[in-house]
Amino acid sequence: MTASTMDVDTGTPLALRADEITVRFGGLVAVDKVSFTIPGGGIVSLIGPNGAGKTTFFNALTGLYKVASGRVLLGGRNVTGLNPSKIASLGIARTFQNIRLFGLMTAEENVKVAMHSHLRSGIFRTVLRTPGQRHEERTAHEEALELLQFVGIGKVAGEYARNLSYGDQRRLEVARALALKPSVLLLDEPTAGMNPRESAAFVEFVHRVRDEKQVSVLLIEHDMSVVMRVSERITVLDRGTKIAEGSADDIKNDPRVIEAYLGKPQEEEDPDDDR
Amino acid sequence: MSFAEPVPTEGKPRGRLRLPGRFTWPLFFLVLAIAIFIFYYLLTMGYLDPSVRSFALKWFPLVSINEALVWVMAALGLNIVVGYAGLLDLGFVAFWAIGGYVAGWIMSGFFDKANVNILGNPARFITGGIHVNFWIVVIAGAALCAFFGVLIGAPTLRLRSDYLALVTLGFGEIIPQVFHNGDNVYGVNISNGTKGISPIDPVQGLSISPQGIKFGSLGPFDHLSRYLIFLVLTLLILFMSLRLREGRLGRAWLAIREDELAASAMGVPLMRTKLAAYGIGAVAGGVAGVAFASHVSGVLPDRFQFAISITLLAMVVLGGMGNVWGVMLGALLLAWFNSTGLPELGTTFNSTFGTHINFPSYSFLIFGGALVLMMLFRREGFLPESRTRLVLREPERTDVEALGSDMEEQAPELDVMTTGGKSGDEGVRP
Repeated sequence: MTASTMDVDTGTPLALRADEITVRFGGLVAVDKVSFTIPGGGIVSLIGPNGAGKTTFFNALTGLYKVASGRVLLGGRNVTGLNPSKIASLGIARTFQNIRLFGLMTAEENVKVAMHSHLRSGIFRTVLRTPGQRHEERTAHEEALELLQFVGIGKVAGEYARNLSYGDQRRLEVARALALKPSVLLLDEPTAGMNPRESAAFVEFVHRVRDEKQVSVLLIEHDMSVVMRVSERITVLDRGTKIAEGSADDIKNDPRVIEAYLGKPQEEEDPDDDR
Repeated sequence: MSFAEPVPTEGKPRGRLRLPGRFTWPLFFLVLAIAIFIFYYLLTMGYLDPSVRSFALKWFPLVSINEALVWVMAALGLNIVVGYAGLLDLGFVAFWAIGGYVAGWIMSGFFDKANVNILGNPARFITGGIHVNFWIVVIAGAALCAFFGVLIGAPTLRLRSDYLALVTLGFGEIIPQVFHNGDNVYGVNISNGTKGISPIDPVQGLSISPQGIKFGSLGPFDHLSRYLIFLVLTLLILFMSLRLREGRLGRAWLAIREDELAASAMGVPLMRTKLAAYGIGAVAGGVAGVAFASHVSGVLPDRFQFAISITLLAMVVLGGMGNVWGVMLGALLLAWFNSTGLPELGTTFNSTFGTHINFPSYSFLIFGGALVLMMLFRREGFLPESRTRLVLREPERTDVEALGSDMEEQAPELDVMTTGGKSGDEGVRP
């Protein structure tokens, strides 16, 4: 384990390290030299006003966008520029801001799709249905059910994803991401559309996922009550650059963060008028 | 023919054995296949009444049933590409052509300088050419098509749907054109140009005739034996389709069809998975090509028209994309309609009303009309996959609920910021 993959503060190994990531769309710099780390087993959050580049940063980490410069290390391995599917199979799993399940597949099938890179059966073994392939399918079935139970939707394993309720769809997205057996789990606004009670339960859930599945979690979140309670470290983006990083308390009192969210105090708009 | 009776699925369960609905159509096709065999066996042996005989030969000649089976094979192959993986392919005829020419090359006297015979045509008068056993040719045709499928697919499958359709359309035109002009490729004749290659060796099989059953080269009228051979090929392709759909690859295809981006984010390699669909579909197309070449005992480049690709696509869409039983039904119906139904209906119509309409020349008009009607009233096809039916009949649950849901309080983070985070720990009340 080299120094570059260790967390400077705690000395624990890093699950993910992004160095000076830049993403451009034409002449527009959506993410500008953002460096970022996720400690192993940590729960960290990425916040920022709308359009700050949070999801773009997510997409850069998962390979959906090509980074213009910078690199992403996953447990010390450089994954910059790899295919999204390769990065996913190496251990970065994600959920989507707007749910993107496979609507016409059952919940169980959704989870099994994410097991693709862990399963081995090819064309011939599948057509011949060899004992090895059958064993693999049985195991996949059991693991899928286990994951669905873990997120609390075991009863709807056989339902088409599009027929599930909104909350169950969100849970299914997490189950599907976990089926990749990731080392890093990226959750893009997982509590969108949840009421405060559900959000509070979600905080518990994230802890449980981290503890039982041994993953590090990175959240993009708008609900500050969730962010403040769940995160061990918060990074704030604004207009593509990192403007603050630290514990919940640091962030709450950081003048630059308040400015990013509410505008400069000397400007005419009074923060209270926004409400 | 009164065998078109599927096992009742919605019948009253009076202690009788009731089959789950998913067995209905497999059983229907099994019964149909066996019934056709028995019927034509009796007919060939001369046991049937002449009136039954002439009716059957007029409306359901075995030769057009055999041709329909070739269409079924190709349609099942296209179904893997279009129905399973959701990749629109408008040039599937290319694989049919390649399969046909493989048969032309290694199952005839075309390469007359060579003199090879691998379990092939044992006829004594044959002097030159490559004569390979039909079953080996089937494997060779399938293999070459798989190779070309991957070769064509590798650069094109990176494209998104509309562009992919256009490029496949291009390849569907290019490959038959290559055979069309292939009589002088730098001095080498690879295809005989417009003349095509014929005759193609007869298949070795069990010839069934009133004189008895004997093994040997099948003659031009041994339709019943060819029926059995084509049935075996169709069953193999069907089996492959069903098995693949159940497994890891089938799920990945479905996922790509549903949401390509999400599939890739879940570790499904897009190129490899699409190439697999394309290659396997091409295999079925190649088998159909070999079968068709031996069915008509020849390959003609002019036969491999764009219309074949479109007809195959119509079979898949009308039958029910993604559901092999629907695709089989669609292929059988359309192929029968094309080869027998329309001409015979036309003849009947003309003789009844004393008209002289050339009905077969209107086949595409009728096809087009049927497609439009289907899209209006039954978009999912005759026998859709259960999941596809869902998407066309019901709106998505979350879409509907979004209409009625009161949106959650916007931007709760403002709360935390303005109060310095004091309320953050209690949660935000809407």
